[in-house]
Amino acid sequence: MANSIRFFLNGQKQDVTVRPDTTVLEWLRLGPRLTGTKEGCAEGDCGACSVLLGDVSNGEIRYHAANSCIMTMGQIDGRALVTVEGLKGETLHPIQAAMAENGSSQCGFCTPGIVISLAGLAASGGQADDHAIHDALAGNLCRCTGYRPIVEAARKVMGEGGASIPGPAVAAFAEVEPAQQIAASGAMFHQPRTLDDLLQLRHEKPRAVLLAGGTDLGVALADFHGDWGEVISTAHVRELRDIGETPTHLSFGAAVTWEEVLAHVAPLYPSFATLIRRFGSTQIRSMGTIGGNIGTASPIGDGPPALIALGVEIELASLDGTRAMPLEDFFLDYRKTELKPDEVIASLRIPKPAAGQDFRVYKISKRYDQDISTVCGAFSVVREDGIVRSARIAFGGMAAIPKRVREAEAALVGRPINEETTRASAAAIRDALSPLSDWRGSAEYRSQVAANLAERFRRDLAGEVVEVMAL
Amino acid sequence: MNIDVPTPEAKTVQRSIVGHGIAHDSAARHVAGEAVYIDDMPELPGTLHAAFVLSPVAHGRLKGIDASAALALPSVAGVWSAGDVPGVNDVGPVIPGEPLFAEELIDHEGRVIAVVAAEDFETAYRAARLVKLDIEELPPVLDVEEAHGAKSYVLPSQTVSEGDAAGAIAGARHVFSGKLRMGGQDHFYLETHIAYAIPGEGGDMLVHSSTQHPTEVQHHVARLLGLHANAVECQVRRMGGGFGGKESQATIIAGAAALVAAKTGRPCKLRLKRRDDMAGTGKRHDYVAMWKAGTDDQGRILGLEVEYLARAGNLPDLTGAVITRTLTHTDNSYFIPNARFVGHACKTNTVSNTAFRGFGGPQGILTIEAIVDAIACQLGRDPNEVRRINYYGDETGDMTPYGQKVEDNRLIEVTDAVLASAFWQERRREIDEHNAASPVIRRGLAMMPVKFGISFNLTSLNQAGALVHVYLDGSIFLNHGGTEMGQGLFVKVAQVVAEVFQVDLDMVKISSTATGKVPNTSATAASTGSDLNGMAAFRAASAIKARMAQVAAEHFDVEEEQIVFREGRVHAGNESISFGELAKMAWAKRVQLSEAAHYATPKIHWDGKTMKGRPFFYFTYGAAVAEVAVDTLTGETRCLRADILQDVGSPLNPAIDLGQIEGAFVQGMGWLTCEELWWDGKGRLRTVGPSTYKIPGSRDVPPQFNVRILDDQPNREETIFRSKAIGEPPLMLGVSVWLAIRDAIASIAGKGVSPELDAPATPENVLRAITKLKISDHDA
Repeated sequence: MANSIRFFLNGQKQDVTVRPDTTVLEWLRLGPRLTGTKEGCAEGDCGACSVLLGDVSNGEIRYHAANSCIMTMGQIDGRALVTVEGLKGETLHPIQAAMAENGSSQCGFCTPGIVISLAGLAASGGQADDHAIHDALAGNLCRCTGYRPIVEAARKVMGEGGASIPGPAVAAFAEVEPAQQIAASGAMFHQPRTLDDLLQLRHEKPRAVLLAGGTDLGVALADFHGDWGEVISTAHVRELRDIGETPTHLSFGAAVTWEEVLAHVAPLYPSFATLIRRFGSTQIRSMGTIGGNIGTASPIGDGPPALIALGVEIELASLDGTRAMPLEDFFLDYRKTELKPDEVIASLRIPKPAAGQDFRVYKISKRYDQDISTVCGAFSVVREDGIVRSARIAFGGMAAIPKRVREAEAALVGRPINEETTRASAAAIRDALSPLSDWRGSAEYRSQVAANLAERFRRDLAGEVVEVMAL
Repeated sequence: MNIDVPTPEAKTVQRSIVGHGIAHDSAARHVAGEAVYIDDMPELPGTLHAAFVLSPVAHGRLKGIDASAALALPSVAGVWSAGDVPGVNDVGPVIPGEPLFAEELIDHEGRVIAVVAAEDFETAYRAARLVKLDIEELPPVLDVEEAHGAKSYVLPSQTVSEGDAAGAIAGARHVFSGKLRMGGQDHFYLETHIAYAIPGEGGDMLVHSSTQHPTEVQHHVARLLGLHANAVECQVRRMGGGFGGKESQATIIAGAAALVAAKTGRPCKLRLKRRDDMAGTGKRHDYVAMWKAGTDDQGRILGLEVEYLARAGNLPDLTGAVITRTLTHTDNSYFIPNARFVGHACKTNTVSNTAFRGFGGPQGILTIEAIVDAIACQLGRDPNEVRRINYYGDETGDMTPYGQKVEDNRLIEVTDAVLASAFWQERRREIDEHNAASPVIRRGLAMMPVKFGISFNLTSLNQAGALVHVYLDGSIFLNHGGTEMGQGLFVKVAQVVAEVFQVDLDMVKISSTATGKVPNTSATAASTGSDLNGMAAFRAASAIKARMAQVAAEHFDVEEEQIVFREGRVHAGNESISFGELAKMAWAKRVQLSEAAHYATPKIHWDGKTMKGRPFFYFTYGAAVAEVAVDTLTGETRCLRADILQDVGSPLNPAIDLGQIEGAFVQGMGWLTCEELWWDGKGRLRTVGPSTYKIPGSRDVPPQFNVRILDDQPNREETIFRSKAIGEPPLMLGVSVWLAIRDAIASIAGKGVSPELDAPATPENVLRAITKLKISDHDA
């Protein structure tokens, strides 16, 4: 057991005694007084608090942006944390220099977070077209500039080298190997390494906070809600971090992040990949896990409708053994699931596309990026000679739980997808679902749009451009 | 002191610094995380942290406050409410009677009731939620139409009237009418409200406040604490955004922090969590506009009546002036010979709305643009032509309904230029062809002009002061009444001073705004920051320079006219000395190297009773063309392209101005598309963070975004270096996006049918407008 959290801060090894449920943002600002990292919203939605987190993967350090406002200190144990101050070094980092020259800041309050996100993109070595730049910025809000000078500065830097992240060497990570348990200032943070250890812990401490990324729970933490005295993190559970592939399936451990899921599903289901990019910013995707997204059982979560339409099966584990079920059976009622107090979500299996299968998922929200769905509709059909042999249709935002709509599927099965069957399917969607009214949309709007998505699906399969963002 | 100062046009002033696109003075610090905001300042030992207790209900009577559970938390220093205010519990910015802490009446959800302080932020925030409020709930009034029906207003209604609108409409060939609902807008500055109050000896109070109006903070803190104004100093180095949200209501936060500091004798910091900031402070006023217009066959407006229901919220705050600006911008660019514009300040049990970039202008301009479009649509005419025949000009007239002549008209110039650069004709054709072949995804195109009046409507606010010192090493200290919220005011004013002395910009120290240095200032608002403070600083610098020139003339033994300040040196023929050497020389001769100067905008006057006068020193002009795509199955929209042309006179700093134009346009677009404030049936605001309140993101910016500044066209009025204000006017160019969405929706209707689109054009409002058209089409 450790009594401190060990990590690298801007390249320097740290050994910090602090409650592990302190947010990283709070510690940065009040501990070492690194005040470049700002609190803009404390719900992981504005990006002013962005920091880079480095992990060793396949022998190299990968950095990605994360929201420090909703992340606990326990979660950075064993990792490398880089703040805007650390990027500067002797001279400005290329993105800092480009932004300073290009009028990319006005009030400057969002600027450190934007610098971090773009530095993360520059270091990723991936594509750096405008699409990638917007992806990198999806979790950062700027109220002053209108973004043009920010995007322009990013374009300049992405074309050039020299945009590495100053940090520790790979070998140095051995010095900060995550502890199994961290106890400090009356709080306990568990980081089991194996599924057996996790299940044992879960069994012993069913009331502890089960932290699987924390992009949802962290919002409560940042608002000082709940008792975080005892936390069990799934982040280091080996089995839960597994990604596997068979000829027919992809399998993901529950602690795999959405950023990792994205990389694997993108070639198979481009529509799902688009959704994943939209439902969380880079910061959120690199923290949030697929198991957490399911376990939190939000009726507006975007993962479940898509996963249900894809026919995903999940596996739950406890000391008593494991059990598997189709994902749609997991959700019982508003935030109520099949999960027993001593159980955890272990993994899920996503079938690979079948011959003749078409999958589309559509998310409707007020803003394209980093918004919560008003309605999310997922459609999957398998057709043979133009006739639908099987169909799976699921919606989020339309009921207390993510909901499969078998009536709408039945309207298509055994028939071709044409105006008539689409109308029938749309009518079934309208009849089967009774959404609520709230700030994201009225019940009437939700019903109308959910039904209209059946029409969009038909046109989409017919090859039409069906989304304004595609223009 | 009576100083004869040259005007900024004087030939001795060369423009080597002004007019250049120089980066924001804090840019390098911003990107490195080194720019210091109030929450970043080192805290003094013993600093307390505070949090507000806010009302959970919209309307009720406060029977009691039970703070025992809060006080029982370790480290809680105290809980204070209305009864604890030693002076006057009032922060009304215009009209007295606006209590900081609720007294008996609770009049909106999020109403400040008490402040709690503790050793740390988390404890203060937790403690605030433990304070039990005994409130007798009353039914709330949440709807402006309900308030209007009951004639429940926070202020008397205002009317701008010219000619006989009712008569002209009655006699017109065509009469159109409509009702437009437009939503409000949260400022969503990235830095929430904050203040750090530090008690001094003898009851003195220093307040660092994130405010656009340090003088108001000073005066209200003094009143709350029962002190003279001279006992309170307010300082502001920078804000993380303001947009009007920190104009009047920063007094609430600063006042509460100062109260805790006064009560405890300890420094106190009060920083609002985002949700408290959004629930507890005001926003842009949402409006309902009801209108009736009479036109001829071409769409020429002969008479127009508009009645506005503005949501004031629970208190007046700045609502009166906001409505005045709506009424003086309902004409926008159009000559309306017979006009009657009425504005009601509706009292509702919602947070008191306040200033927001544009300050009522956007609501007026959106309304008239919607009216012009509805007229064009129903007459089956080209909206651009209908706009043009109504423009102020020789063929129509140049007198506004409020009695100010339009003397600097650039409407034709800006709109012709933007239509040409946007390839209007070609794209109009192309979009119409696209729509004919695309049943689901429709595209829309719209152009609109903006004419915006510059000056505070209230004449007395149009004044400023500046303080300039020259030190003996030639470095210069600059202070003025304007505040920096990101808009680049500080660098612009520094450019003015560097220009006067002809020294490097680096030699001018930009300092925090401070009420002890320059007193009795106006808010940095109404786009007037650089006009007012730039001119005051110019006068101060010029006075020092004149005295230094005298010293130089004596030294070189030449006439004063032969002394030239250039590139950090002072020249007389072939001889020169450095600026610093001259400063030393002047000191040795006991010449004053410091000056406090004042500027008051000339020519303006306003009669609030008749609602006539010349409220504006001048107008700025701009125009925008926007193209959008609309999904008629879901109501989703996207702005694909925007072309903007904005008049800034001879710009002080075109790079800064460009940033202002782009940012304002995107903010205006956000107001009219994705940003929606939503209250539940009990009057609780449910959009209190970025997860629920959506401002535009980087991908929402049109992929083709062509912004141009009108080529150097000096202001015809004598402003600082003939520049024009820039802060607010381009926000209203965002109306073009809303009009383009309307145009796309109209494409599915038959000719002569005008869509009924509420603002913001959220997917839901768009789909509702489409559905209405489809239903009425079906009925027909």
